[in-house]
Amino acid sequence: MDFQWNLVWSSVPTLLEGAVLTLQLTTIAVSVGVVLGTIFGIMRLSRTPLRYLAMGYIDFIRGTPLLVQIFIIYYGVPNLLPRLFTTGIQPYVAALVALSINSGAYVAEIVRAGIQSIEKGQTEAALSLGLSSTATMIHIILPQAFKRIIPPLGNEFIALLKDSSLVSAIALEELVRKAQIVSGRTFRPFEVWFVVAIMYLIMTVTVSRIVSILERRLRVGE
Amino acid sequence: MAIIEVTNLHKKFKDLHVLKGITTTIKQGEVVVVIGPSGSGKSTFLRCLNFLELPTSGEIKFEGNLITHRNLQLVRREMGMVFQRFNLFPHMKVVDNITLAPKLVRKTEPAIAESQAHALLERVGLSDKADAYPEQLSGGQQQRVAIARALAMRPKVMLFDEPTSALDPEMIGEVLDVMKSLAADGMTMIVVTHEMGFAREVADRVIFLDDGLLVEENSPDQLFSAPQHPRTQSFLSKIL
Repeated sequence: MDFQWNLVWSSVPTLLEGAVLTLQLTTIAVSVGVVLGTIFGIMRLSRTPLRYLAMGYIDFIRGTPLLVQIFIIYYGVPNLLPRLFTTGIQPYVAALVALSINSGAYVAEIVRAGIQSIEKGQTEAALSLGLSSTATMIHIILPQAFKRIIPPLGNEFIALLKDSSLVSAIALEELVRKAQIVSGRTFRPFEVWFVVAIMYLIMTVTVSRIVSILERRLRVGE
Repeated sequence: MAIIEVTNLHKKFKDLHVLKGITTTIKQGEVVVVIGPSGSGKSTFLRCLNFLELPTSGEIKFEGNLITHRNLQLVRREMGMVFQRFNLFPHMKVVDNITLAPKLVRKTEPAIAESQAHALLERVGLSDKADAYPEQLSGGQQQRVAIARALAMRPKVMLFDEPTSALDPEMIGEVLDVMKSLAADGMTMIVVTHEMGFAREVADRVIFLDDGLLVEENSPDQLFSAPQHPRTQSFLSKIL
């Protein structure tokens, strides 16, 4: 067997740069996703026509491949609106937009389920005290729902951390793209992809640990 | 003086006709106990009064004004409600449960809301529990906090929806005691309950509902000792 440890060590700094970008993309995208997801999750539950907009968004994103969504943003949008994007669109921006929009749809479903899991009596108690339905949502329902959806939000973060590798297809040098470059330069794919796998593993395991600590800390009042 | 006037109130859940035309008037300061077999519509009746269930038809007036979606929030401030399952907000301390609505709805200064909360907790015998979370309290204590929470809005009427039905027997007394002291202070109360002892002792009037109809209403003495209607007689013979 020919496993070159020295190549592992020498590839680490370059790959780490990619890992940092991967983590950064994912963190920003999921944060935006939580904001979008809260808005669309509530819209999805409303009895106004807005819920059809939310349903359309959620179905479209969840029913099409992320890679296709990335291509639509990166290649499609500048082509459709040439006046707005005279010099095309930066891969970094396209990746962030695509990942955020994608995450928003999944988080919307998580938020919806979280809101629906809160007992009806909570809403009734708040309304009976004279709170408006908006105040009830903000002060009573959402704080409890968010506590409950921390584990699925953690899963969403981990899923997106892995799926963000797809933005390598628009030449953004996150972890997978860096690996392709290093591997092409060294002709040692096993060592390089082995390091990549370990790096993803460290990130995902760390995130799930943080999530379970958070979950335990916030268990007060459940 | 009438505080709540209910006229020909109907409630249907799809094909199920739960309330079939209830008409009654609640006077200021009156304690009305609603009794009846399960499924008779007594909880639905109570929940229609503050529109937690929307009436299918009929009208409800509060202090002479018809309750509509427009004035609903204003009316709800004046009608405190206590639920069978307490429905305290589990993510808030007891004191925050009590101060939330006065601060948000009545725009009471936080410091004033808080001192009112402490006074209310003392009144329900829980002055040491202000900083506890609901899950740390027994059922009876939670229900007393729920009463304090409703009182914090200084309501003109208190609605009680089977307030002791989810409690262990040894905790029923402490909740009923609080309700009795409220009644003694002149609070207008509408109470759905199976506690016939409470009805006898505290009620000014007892309403017997059966199958969505107001079958009979009278003073507790009259209703319990000399029920007029055969359905009232049959119900009372089963439970007394």
